[in-house]
Amino acid sequence: MSATSDAASGPQDPGKESSVSTAGLDVKRRRTLVRGMAAVGGLGVAAVAWPFVTSMSPSARARAAGAPVEASIGKLEAGQLLTVEWRGKPVWIVNRTEQQLGTLSVDASRLSDPDSTQPMQPEYAANEYRSIKPEYLVVVGICTHLGCSPTYRPEVAPADLGADWEGGFFCPCHGSKFDLAGRVYAGVPAPTNLEVPPYRYVDDGLIVVGEDQGAAA
Amino acid sequence: MSANVSPDNAVGKKNGLLAWVDERFPLSKLLEEHVTQYYAPKNFNLWYVFGVLAMVTLVIQIVTGIFLTMNYKPDGAKAFASVEYIMRDVNFGWLIRYMHSTGASAFFVVVYLHMFRALMYGSYKKPRELLWVFGMLIYVALMAEAFMGYLLPWGQMSYWGAQVIISLFGAIPFGIGDAVTLWLKGDYIVSDATLNRFFALHVIAVPLVLIGLVAGHIMALHEVGSNNPDGIEIKKNKNSAGIPKDGIPFHPYYTVKDLVAIVIFLIVFFAVVFFAPEMGGYFLEHANFIPADPLKTPEHIAPVWYFTPFYAILRAVPDKLGGVMAMGGAIVVLFLLPWLDRSPIRSIRYRANWYKIMLFVFAANFLMLGYLGIKPATDLYTLMSRIGTLIYFGYFPLLFILSKNEVGKPLPDRVTYHGHGRAGEAS
Repeated sequence: MSATSDAASGPQDPGKESSVSTAGLDVKRRRTLVRGMAAVGGLGVAAVAWPFVTSMSPSARARAAGAPVEASIGKLEAGQLLTVEWRGKPVWIVNRTEQQLGTLSVDASRLSDPDSTQPMQPEYAANEYRSIKPEYLVVVGICTHLGCSPTYRPEVAPADLGADWEGGFFCPCHGSKFDLAGRVYAGVPAPTNLEVPPYRYVDDGLIVVGEDQGAAA
Repeated sequence: MSANVSPDNAVGKKNGLLAWVDERFPLSKLLEEHVTQYYAPKNFNLWYVFGVLAMVTLVIQIVTGIFLTMNYKPDGAKAFASVEYIMRDVNFGWLIRYMHSTGASAFFVVVYLHMFRALMYGSYKKPRELLWVFGMLIYVALMAEAFMGYLLPWGQMSYWGAQVIISLFGAIPFGIGDAVTLWLKGDYIVSDATLNRFFALHVIAVPLVLIGLVAGHIMALHEVGSNNPDGIEIKKNKNSAGIPKDGIPFHPYYTVKDLVAIVIFLIVFFAVVFFAPEMGGYFLEHANFIPADPLKTPEHIAPVWYFTPFYAILRAVPDKLGGVMAMGGAIVVLFLLPWLDRSPIRSIRYRANWYKIMLFVFAANFLMLGYLGIKPATDLYTLMSRIGTLIYFGYFPLLFILSKNEVGKPLPDRVTYHGHGRAGEAS
């Protein structure tokens, strides 16, 4: 210990018995040099860190796999749900019946965001039905709470969901509930409505998920 | 090596070799400083074995982990099958894997007991604040290690557990959250890319950090000296040689004591490994025997038991960002404990009765939160989680206020010690 404390006393008492003379030291120039070195060194660290940090972002292959997908909806019957995979996430396409569409306007007070004010959908789906065509709902089937995949429960008033259930989506993880437009009910853990992905109609029977609808509509 | 010189050499060579090494590397000095001439208080009790047991567990995890990587494949298409391969076809693969999975839970058992010991005897108080901070950093690194390790078997609970935890970062506002989760996953979903990086972090990055922190923890401990059940500083009373009167050398006294504890620990540890490695779904969750499926969520997602108190706090808050902040805050606030507890009395033996009650309530509440975090969120359990969260966070400000003018019992000058030999003999 004693050997190290002798050596340590040097820098603690600069100039006292130090062998390095500080006479004639240009403190200002030294400070400028230290700052310049720190700045250059910092830039170097950032330049080295950048490729490493960026390498953790999705690779070119992962981004290519995230390309738009087509879904043929011509044979989707009323009330049926079709799941397509887009960017590894389930995207639901539901052909809603007239009666199901009717439930959407019944009781908005039970919903957190009935008018879709949160940015959870493209501009062209920010309407009463949260869709381009009223009957076809297109939503990402991932609960906005913690990323579980809810279950499609179209039946009215089933025993486990209560008498006021008008059909919708129920998340088994933490009990979040959504109506048939993917709008979240108040008082459940999920903070926002289900996300509507960008999508467009190629023709009446074909949807492309992952591409925005052109300005025409 | 002719026979006639070897006896002479054998003696001379041993001393010679040690001397030769000592001139080039402080081997004897290190051993003296940290083992043979590290003076620990003589009044340690059973609570003082868990630090050593944590070290033993760390060694078990590193050794079994190395052997697991020899057969495991960090590949989204092969990972699940490679774990089954280890379990069924690799010689003693089941033993190595069950030691590793049981070791993870055992690690948290001994670390929680180790931390509770520090709370009881005030081991975080001046001058041991940094020792406590090092310990908390180890705890956080351990949680990261356990979380990333749990993804590797690539079962349903691995997958969806990781999905839930990563999406917690999505709660960060201003659009940063989504960018961060995308960067963490390296893909739009938890995928092969995520598995691969978690493997890298689990087997290289975090263990390196962990070992560095453990070294720092022990260096800090040996600098300030061990606390003891009386919380009396033994360095205040030294003999003429500068050795604490109430101190005994770590070796052989505590190495022998710790060996007994290690043997008992290993008996329990291997009883679990051999007879209950899944521990009824608490150490290895049942849903994890189904391969990961990104399109189907298990019915009930629950983290492994050692995370459940914090998970209960997360769920107790009805707002996503608020829940994440509460969960993070529950850990951050522990870092601040040395500065929140202002009482100069260390040990619970001499503290005021209100502290004993508060600590008991805090510990019982932590266990309750742990139970609630395992269970599905019903109305009753959610209410209990909310009360538990308030108690958890209430502990710290209350401690800060009450400890300012604490009136405890009078402190003894020396540690209290009752030998096992002649009764009543003062040492």
